Amino acid sequence: MVKYILRRFVAMIVTLWLIVTLTFFLMHLAPGSPFNQERNTSASVQENLMEHYQLNKPIAIQYVHYLNNILHFDFGESITLPGQTVNDLLSRGFPVSFELGMLALLVAVISGIILGVLAALKHNGIIDYIAMTIAVIGISVPNFIMATLLIQELAVNWAIFPTATWATPMHAVLPTVALATGPMAIIARLTRSSMLEVLTQDYIRTAKAKGLSPIKIIVKHALRNALLPVVTLLGTLTAGILTGSFVIEKIFAIPGMGKYFVDSINSRDYFVIMGTTVFYSGFLIIMLFLVDIAYGVLDPRIKLHKKEG
Amino acid sequence: MGLREKNDLMSDEGHTLTSLSEAPDHLFVAKKRMGKEAEAVVRPSLTYWQDAWNRLRKNKLAMTGLVVLIILILLAIFGPIISLHSATKQVFTDQNLPPSKTYWFGTDALGRDMFARTWYGARISLFVGFMAAFIDLFIGVIYGGISGYKGGKVDSVMMRIVEILYGLPYLLMVILLLVVMGPGLSTIILALTVTGWVGMARIVRGQVLQIKNYEFVLASKTFGTKTMKIIRKNLLPNTMGTIIVQMTLTIPSAIFSEAFLSFLGLGIQPPYASWGMMANDGLSAILTGFWWELFFPAFFISLTMYAFNVLGDGLQDALDPKLRR
Amino acid sequence: MVETILEVNDLHVSFPTYGGTVKAVRGVNFTLKKGETLAIVGESGCGKTVTSESIMRLTTGDIVKGAILFNGHDLATLPEKELRKIRGSDISMIFQDPMTSLNPTITIGSQLIEGITQHTHKSKSEAKEVALEMLDLVGIANPSERLKQYPHQFSGGMRQRIMIAMSLVCNPSVLIADEPTTALDVTIQAQILELFKKIQKETGVSIILITHDLGVVAQVADRIAIMYAGKVVEIGNRQEIFYRPQHPYTRGLLRSVPRIDKEEEALIPIPGTPPDLFSPPKGCPFMARCDQAMEVCDHYYPLTSHINDHHKVDCWLQDERAKKVTFATKG
Repeated sequence: MVKYILRRFVAMIVTLWLIVTLTFFLMHLAPGSPFNQERNTSASVQENLMEHYQLNKPIAIQYVHYLNNILHFDFGESITLPGQTVNDLLSRGFPVSFELGMLALLVAVISGIILGVLAALKHNGIIDYIAMTIAVIGISVPNFIMATLLIQELAVNWAIFPTATWATPMHAVLPTVALATGPMAIIARLTRSSMLEVLTQDYIRTAKAKGLSPIKIIVKHALRNALLPVVTLLGTLTAGILTGSFVIEKIFAIPGMGKYFVDSINSRDYFVIMGTTVFYSGFLIIMLFLVDIAYGVLDPRIKLHKKEG
Repeated sequence: MGLREKNDLMSDEGHTLTSLSEAPDHLFVAKKRMGKEAEAVVRPSLTYWQDAWNRLRKNKLAMTGLVVLIILILLAIFGPIISLHSATKQVFTDQNLPPSKTYWFGTDALGRDMFARTWYGARISLFVGFMAAFIDLFIGVIYGGISGYKGGKVDSVMMRIVEILYGLPYLLMVILLLVVMGPGLSTIILALTVTGWVGMARIVRGQVLQIKNYEFVLASKTFGTKTMKIIRKNLLPNTMGTIIVQMTLTIPSAIFSEAFLSFLGLGIQPPYASWGMMANDGLSAILTGFWWELFFPAFFISLTMYAFNVLGDGLQDALDPKLRR
Repeated sequence: MVETILEVNDLHVSFPTYGGTVKAVRGVNFTLKKGETLAIVGESGCGKTVTSESIMRLTTGDIVKGAILFNGHDLATLPEKELRKIRGSDISMIFQDPMTSLNPTITIGSQLIEGITQHTHKSKSEAKEVALEMLDLVGIANPSERLKQYPHQFSGGMRQRIMIAMSLVCNPSVLIADEPTTALDVTIQAQILELFKKIQKETGVSIILITHDLGVVAQVADRIAIMYAGKVVEIGNRQEIFYRPQHPYTRGLLRSVPRIDKEEEALIPIPGTPPDLFSPPKGCPFMARCDQAMEVCDHYYPLTSHINDHHKVDCWLQDERAKKVTFATKG
């Protein structure tokens, strides 16, 4: 187990380093990047940048300097919002994004599992049909379209929910739903197929032969094993929700990190793009790492396998 | 097959005996054998693909998906031709018109025909989807094939690389690449495939590893069959199923990514149109009541995703030999 | 006469599939007496597993017809809730593959204890005592340590011992073992069979042993039922089946396994394959493979003949008229 964690940890560090390095050199290649000479920002900002990124030094020194900054959690300054550091934006935007993301993840996981389990237990029945129809629609409709439809119907036409900004729980309903639908659909489908497979396993027959009640068999013997594949998916889903939040925050005018990120892309605010990419990538990679560890804890077989590969 | 020479004595259903002595005397003679009698009746054997196709055909949902996809592709090819208007011509007197006899899908804010634009958009969206999937397939099959087939150290190193690349957040990297390379059709496909092939490579490698150890492959090896021939004759046909299923997932995911990137302003640039870009334009229009400007691109994105998804599910069931009865 | 504990009457089980209905069990009759071991023997696909699973209604097929009488209940029609009280307590079952029959993510202890607490009012710690006792009985060393372990930490033979312990926790009166030794090494097989004997001696449990291995049968069975194409074609005690087999299929089976008691006899396989159970033949299903087949076999299924009150066979050769028929000798 320790060896397994260690190996995953090393892979995580290498991936992080790769991202930081990629971001740095890609930004150097970007047309109109402040790393190139063609700058169109004010003199004071330029001077700041020169100093902060040591732009007058050779690229190797710049890179080392940049790595050092990242290690100290210093992502630099915005070009279009003078005086604002990426850290300022992160500390303002990330808590909102995190809250929205976690809410959506929670909703997606809980409702996805419930739908999937119900569908599997009533295999080929009406509930299965309804649940899978919901799931297929959830997967087919892109979240920005879902968001617009929700605003149009529930906020504009029916005026049930308020939109724009992030103030009351009521404000959170529509963006959470819009963000959670896709991942929920994916979880529901995976849970269903995994549950169907588990229910045909020999150990379920053993449990039946013991005279256990159907509820006990499902909860204790089937669900736990059926949910293992869902756990492995959590990392990828977090990534999906995170990128999804870019558009959702934009559409619902939520002052989260995603909105700043989209704005920075539109205004080609390279340092914000760079900083956010590195920060988000780091966040996701740590999430993936934690999910891997959680999987190792939940599945006792992992300890022996040591997953050579 | 029974000898039916004494038809009057055929004991059809319901004709059962109540004691042994009821059986007619003349039947107590040794049974005449008719050649291959002892061999059981075997149901007609079908090839893997025939069998898969038969199963797919019975899956109504998957067939719906297939038919919808064929229609969409035909419309993408012929839609702009049968359209009454050009996709790029802006008619300033005909802005934001609802669907009518002249403009079947209405017009957009610049007075362009939505019908023509929708099918031009279909061409771009489908092109992005198929290109991205095929390039992924090409790189993935080569990389995963080599890694799985060679095994040992080569596999170990190649998979370590894949593992690290797999950890990269896909869309973030695509965004970064597009910021650097600038938006456009070819850069989008490039950005999507630079990061997208990893998944296919993993799947192909897993399949190859599994199949490589099957007896029939070992058998070919012992006969001294050349590596390339083994790959062509044994590995490819057997990995095809999984690869096809993966393709039906990659294509809609690429279409979705393109739509998402268009929304961020990193997608296809005007005067070209893609569904994602049209939907993005339509988002603001819907609030002013011009619903058709969002509806058509949004509907066709969703329909395409739906069709690919149900077809993919159906293919997965049809191609999975475990379910073969 | 020994008391009958379980009686299966005219059991029919079918599986609806895409290709049609598979009639896997087509009128099976047998009784199980107290304290005996009944072996059900047959080739794969003959319906023996389906029969055994049907007794506790664990089969995925439909019980179309027939009765399974146990303690004055008909298990074929008993409400699910009543049946659950019998499963695991009065009748328990051991399955073929010990590698997949235990839940991989739950400890052995928890899997043993849940069966006990399900059927008794014992507390968890009392149940644990029983579990320890049972692990000890089936020969697992260090039981208190082992309770905390997961199935993958045990070998195949050990897992089968755990399955046996699990089936015994509630002192069942009937134990159904479906090919309990097939997935195991030969040396382990012998140990497990010894274990069955020991358990039967200590607890007096009646055992139904499903197997295709006549060697296993010879070691432990008191009575033997031979199944073919969903029917019991011959049933009798061990002596009768091994030394006075009446059905050509039984004889064929015996000729196809090596025997120590008969020197230098060539092993003769039975030619052909069992019939397709999508559309079973109306006559004797073994007719197509039988070297003593008569016209009558093709037209009517033979009714059961009683050789004596415990040896029964379904074969036309029992009819007086068959004695005069001459068969071509095999060439």
